[in-house]
Amino acid sequence: MIEAKNVYFTYPNRVEALKGVSIRIGDGEFVALMGENGAGKTTLVKHFNGLLRPSKGTVFIDHVDTTKTSVAKLAKSVGFVFQNPDNQLFCETVEDEIAFALKNFGFEEKTVKKRVTWALNVLGLEHYRRNSPFMLSGGERKRVALASVLAWKPKILILDEPTIGQHHQQKEKLLQFILQMRTQGKTIIIVTHDVEFVAECNPRVLLMKQGKIIADGEARIVLTDPEILTQASIVPPQVTQIFLQLSNPDLPKEVIDVYQAREILLGLMERKKK
Amino acid sequence: MSVVETKELTYTYPGSANPSIKDVSIKIEKGEFVLITGPSGCGKTTLCRCFNGLIPHFYQGELKGEVTVVGLKVLEQPIYQLAKSVGLVFQNPENQLFALSVEKDVAFGLENLGIPRESIQKKVDWALELTGTCDLRERAPHELSGGQQQRVAIASVLAMQPEIIVLDEPTSFLDPLGAKKIFDVINDLNKNLGITVVLVEHRLDLTARYANHIIIMDDGEVIFDGEPREVLGSKEARLIGVGIPKPTLLYQLLKKDGMNLMSTVPLSSEEMASMLKEVLKDYD
Repeated sequence: MIEAKNVYFTYPNRVEALKGVSIRIGDGEFVALMGENGAGKTTLVKHFNGLLRPSKGTVFIDHVDTTKTSVAKLAKSVGFVFQNPDNQLFCETVEDEIAFALKNFGFEEKTVKKRVTWALNVLGLEHYRRNSPFMLSGGERKRVALASVLAWKPKILILDEPTIGQHHQQKEKLLQFILQMRTQGKTIIIVTHDVEFVAECNPRVLLMKQGKIIADGEARIVLTDPEILTQASIVPPQVTQIFLQLSNPDLPKEVIDVYQAREILLGLMERKKK
Repeated sequence: MSVVETKELTYTYPGSANPSIKDVSIKIEKGEFVLITGPSGCGKTTLCRCFNGLIPHFYQGELKGEVTVVGLKVLEQPIYQLAKSVGLVFQNPENQLFALSVEKDVAFGLENLGIPRESIQKKVDWALELTGTCDLRERAPHELSGGQQQRVAIASVLAMQPEIIVLDEPTSFLDPLGAKKIFDVINDLNKNLGITVVLVEHRLDLTARYANHIIIMDDGEVIFDGEPREVLGSKEARLIGVGIPKPTLLYQLLKKDGMNLMSTVPLSSEEMASMLKEVLKDYD
């Protein structure tokens, strides 16, 4: 469980990035953290693996105060995949990259091999096993970074902008993957601007603005509230926009999914016919 | 007039066993807004690197076939010559920015071309204004957020006022409203100044509405090349897993269900909403 109690954080250049954030994320929850550039999203999640410590307030990971433990210890239970994969990759082959952390954590060679193969499979990277990560495309490097964290099976997985550079099919795979991780009881936190992706997953959404949380709720509710979204520089999902523009009293406003939209519209037509 | 033309273009990176693009033959006309999409690793970025000569002059490797840009044969032209006509905005802004201040970064290309000082100042101001980065002028690019860096990277290419601007996922780090602003800027450059735009993008929901030409690649080859409404409205586009815009998908589903919708395929929520309004009116 992650618990932030009235967390403030000021960078050395005096930018106050967090201004009193209090949240609780339970085990097995799936959360999307959204908001404008510079709202403090990445700063907040960096508190969850101890990369940053609050200037004021407290962060607990499984009831342990992050100031009273080390990043190395936290890393075992909190996996963090950065926004820019190039900040994370450095080995000569994809395989070595994924094995690196596993070896550091002291896993047996046999386990390392098994885990590496498993992670490569999950992310569709088998063919690139012996390639250099730097010869891969941006989207592929992103998946290598994800695979390298996945491999040590952390309990909490934080993905900063996981859909960047990913094509539709890969996003669907990512969604499948997230759902699979959830059935294993893992906590998943994604930081993202990708409204359409969030609309497809329907997680709990936390909206941030200027270092504060301004909304917390189901995606279907938060993403269909144009006023609060504008404050956070977010545009509603396309399907929601259609329903907002229709502004028809016979139609609901809280629609984010294409297939749900289809049912609602067909239903309305049927009723009108009668 | 074609401003970009490739004929059976095949390219293999040094040390790579397989070509990254295979037999690509495309034509881009002056003033078009072209969207290039496809799965990661399909060769989109590689193709764009051929447009300004980074391939083959910088990356080396093996290039077969022909590529002509603004009438110049890329194989025979140095990069600096091509850079005057083709501006390339990279996927990762950190690869593009290096100066000590945003202003210097945006001025860099112009200084290299030996343009007079006052003229540089004007162009830099114009580019900063358009991308909303005026207040970052004195800041160091490496201290900026990913989204801010992307805007500065676009400004530095815009300042050169190229004939063709090639953007490789230029807003991937931006929040949706910020991304929309950038796409609107790019669209204005295209519609008002006639600059040819080549945009590599996965998120067709955000961008399909601007384009009048779409190229879909898979595994190094061009698999679709045509008008966006036609391509995205086709069954095949759905089958190969292209992330077609949600309004287009909803249109296809309802059409299949027998709803009486117009035959023009919608590419945006505005188009789909007005179409539905018409249908709903008939029932009132």
